[in-house]
Amino acid sequence: MSATTEQVESRVIETLASFGPDISLITRDATFEELDIDSLDLVELAQVVEDDYGVILKGEDMKELKKVGDAIDLIVSRAE
Amino acid sequence: MAELSARPEGCALVTGASRGIGAAIARSLARDGWPVAVNYRSDGDAAAGVVADIEQADGRAVALAADVAGPAAADELFAGAESHFGVPVLALVNNAGISADNLISLLGDEEWQNVLDTNLTGAFRLTRRALKSMLRARFGRIVNISSVVGLRANPGQANYAAAKAGLIAMTKTVAVEVARRGITANAVAPGWIDTDMTSGVESGLIVNIPARRPGTPEEVAACVSFLVSDAAGYVNGAVLSVDGGLAA
Repeated sequence: MSATTEQVESRVIETLASFGPDISLITRDATFEELDIDSLDLVELAQVVEDDYGVILKGEDMKELKKVGDAIDLIVSRAE
Repeated sequence: MAELSARPEGCALVTGASRGIGAAIARSLARDGWPVAVNYRSDGDAAAGVVADIEQADGRAVALAADVAGPAAADELFAGAESHFGVPVLALVNNAGISADNLISLLGDEEWQNVLDTNLTGAFRLTRRALKSMLRARFGRIVNISSVVGLRANPGQANYAAAKAGLIAMTKTVAVEVARRGITANAVAPGWIDTDMTSGVESGLIVNIPARRPGTPEEVAACVSFLVSDAAGYVNGAVLSVDGGLAA
């Protein structure tokens, strides 16, 4: 299933906000570290992405992700 | 004081539940109000009997065949349970277990591997699969049925003991990884319980049990029911011995 960057961005931001950080701080350039998003949060984000877009993110994919924009770009590229 | 979290709607999956301890656990969780998926490997008639018992007591249950040693079993079982009940699996009891006893000098590679595949790797794959829905639900209960031999030695059971001690270590690791999501993982370590699996054990060994009697499957099931209940929400990474004092 293909998804637009805007759709993925909105879903990722909404999901990350559910983990605690203020939604206004969740920008493409924000790092997961400064948002206090930990590895378990990213596992859960991967689950949301798998359920919604059929994109399977593995452990090695997640390790490379530092910023919110990295996650959005990876998901969009895999969903195409 | 923090309130106990209300349990989201979900079902329970008990592996190896056609007889013995697993069947008692399935009946107990059904009495507690859980819809229960009764997994079995080969004895469909016995599993159907457990389902019938539960339904007769106004509970909900379904029998699902799968060998937990197989790599596809976790996905098959979760899909089966979740499609039948229409809710995610939020309580997982890894009970399925086999034994193939021999002194270690005589223990074959196959006896080693088969016991590890069923008793430990199966539980790992089911736990990994279970966490998908538990993480999103912010609630989950995982209970791994270990054994007294995971805590103290019993000659002739190196494979079984390694798997059961491994289950305890895995339980504790899972507990600390996911505790902040409202998920608990605990182990129950039964001693000598009166089941088909222990029917060949010499009754003379009973003198080694401080309680001087074997336990019953229902006594193990009661501990599992507690660990799955809302009341046990702060019990995490624990090993609950049910052994008449054998490991004390």
